[in-house]
Amino acid sequence: MPLLELRGVTKYFGTAPKLVHAVEDVSFTVERGEVVGLVGESGSGKSTLGRLALRLLDLTSGSVRLNGESIEHLGQRALRPLRRNAQMVFQDPYASLNPRLRVASIIGEALDAHGLAQGKARQARIAELLELVGLQADHADRYPHEFSGGQRQRIGIARALAVEPQLIIADEPVSALDVSVQAQILNLLQDLRYRLGVAMLFISHDLDVIELICDRIVVLYLGRVMEIGTAEQICRNPQHPYTQALLAASPKPDPDRPRTRRLLQGDIPSPLSPPSGCVFRTRCPLATAECAGAVPPMRDLEGGHAVACIHDSRSIDWGGMLQNRKNDRVPPC
Amino acid sequence: MSAMTARSPVRLFLQRLFRRKLVLVAVIILLVIVLLAILAPWISPYSPTGMRVSQRLRPPSLTNWFGTDEFGRDVLTRIIYGGRASLGIGVAVVMCTMLAGTVLGLIAGYFRALDAVIMRLVDAMMSLPDILLAIFLVAVLGASAGNVVLALSIVYTPRVTRVVRSSTLVVRELPFVEAARALGVSTWRIMTMHILLNVASPILVQATFIFAYAVLAEAGLSFLGAGVPPDIPTWGTMIAAGQQYADRAVWLVLFPGLAIVFAALSLQLLGDGLRDMLDPKLRKAL
Repeated sequence: MPLLELRGVTKYFGTAPKLVHAVEDVSFTVERGEVVGLVGESGSGKSTLGRLALRLLDLTSGSVRLNGESIEHLGQRALRPLRRNAQMVFQDPYASLNPRLRVASIIGEALDAHGLAQGKARQARIAELLELVGLQADHADRYPHEFSGGQRQRIGIARALAVEPQLIIADEPVSALDVSVQAQILNLLQDLRYRLGVAMLFISHDLDVIELICDRIVVLYLGRVMEIGTAEQICRNPQHPYTQALLAASPKPDPDRPRTRRLLQGDIPSPLSPPSGCVFRTRCPLATAECAGAVPPMRDLEGGHAVACIHDSRSIDWGGMLQNRKNDRVPPC
Repeated sequence: MSAMTARSPVRLFLQRLFRRKLVLVAVIILLVIVLLAILAPWISPYSPTGMRVSQRLRPPSLTNWFGTDEFGRDVLTRIIYGGRASLGIGVAVVMCTMLAGTVLGLIAGYFRALDAVIMRLVDAMMSLPDILLAIFLVAVLGASAGNVVLALSIVYTPRVTRVVRSSTLVVRELPFVEAARALGVSTWRIMTMHILLNVASPILVQATFIFAYAVLAEAGLSFLGAGVPPDIPTWGTMIAAGQQYADRAVWLVLFPGLAIVFAALSLQLLGDGLRDMLDPKLRKAL
């Protein structure tokens, strides 16, 4: 039984005719202890999907199962005890901490909400959590504005860990941070993953980050899944033209690499009126009349690798950008 | 634990607030007025109700600094005593409006389903002129200090409700509120610890304005005869009673009027100072 199972998850915002197709028919699972990456450009519905998985937003249709229990119909009050199992780390470390509360209250609130520790034990647990994320116990008496962005993100992670969740949904946890601090936070998340065995749904637009820490990757475009596979399959052997485009657009630094770049033209189409059939066809180098007909079904390849494309994408010439990546050493995990 | 960390921000706050000399002057004037009102029985030179017909309508002199009224009562004494009722009514109105306005505003801002209901009621009340609504309410309820407080609270609650609602609408969408929901924090705690704490600044500033309005409105109501009964000295009732003699004894309206001006002005200045302090953009300029 998977820890988190999304099946046919769909979310529309607004009402017709201004219906925003944020997430459409997304299905995937997160197993216990597994880190799944959710990647896609701005407006692809990554963050919405993360919020749907925690029921911070209501689904339009589809189902979300946490530990096998269907949660898409539960009210907010019924969801409260289940929040112990799944937590969230937010993108903006400046806005996701209440500026009027001390760190002890911010982290302690999670303990209080689930009746996990009182009095001395509560204090001790807060100190322990702060040290777990690389801060000091005496930071508990300070206010969020006394910390840097990276430290604040550590507080956000400590808050999420306070309830000992099985799953953490990390919504672009490093994209608001400096590159050097990004690495520290990524190392912390890696470290916590191996020490605590917590599963993660890691949302990011940065393929390098995703590749570094994820076991499996889900590629999202305009609210739909384009490709699912292991990090190895997605990054070394991408089958969807969109995945290939993403990889070609984030090259590894190499002075000898070819200078010609073939990148995607134009912007992501408006989610108000997504293209018929395959949503990627308006920017796809392989698009044919057939692509406009029906939404391409997920085509299973070997080893859990699946792709939503009816064409064979190996013929696309990405100007050597993909080969360039393939020669890279796999980063140690 | 928090004594050391809590004191220094307060001191810093006061230092910054008083860097504007006008705010410091306003606070001193307010303190004097409040102290006079509290200590009235011990420091006033005469009895506020003691009539001496032989001394009626005496101009200001060394024995009666602010003169005497048509019954020979000492005007200074009555102003000192009048502060008790006027300031008391102001404080009571502020507390009632803050309580009612904050609760209504938080509910309207947080529970979207109740927003339309509450805000249409508020709009309806704000469409009536303040003083007319207050006169109407006092006329229906009967003239007494308690009913003046009730009437003015009803009149001013919509203002507070609006301010609190609009601030709530902003704060409820901030990520830390979503984070609290994701943690499984109860709605009550989200509304108090996360939203109320972060909308406290505009509420505090609004409180100083409401106080000044209430002191003025009480004076206006008393002047129109729809306020506190004339036997209780307030600044408003003194002006109302004194206006008949204003051509011969201008001190009867001048000194209570000045008391109102000083109280209201210094409160407004304090309100301005607080607002600038609490707004980070303006605070930098100080």
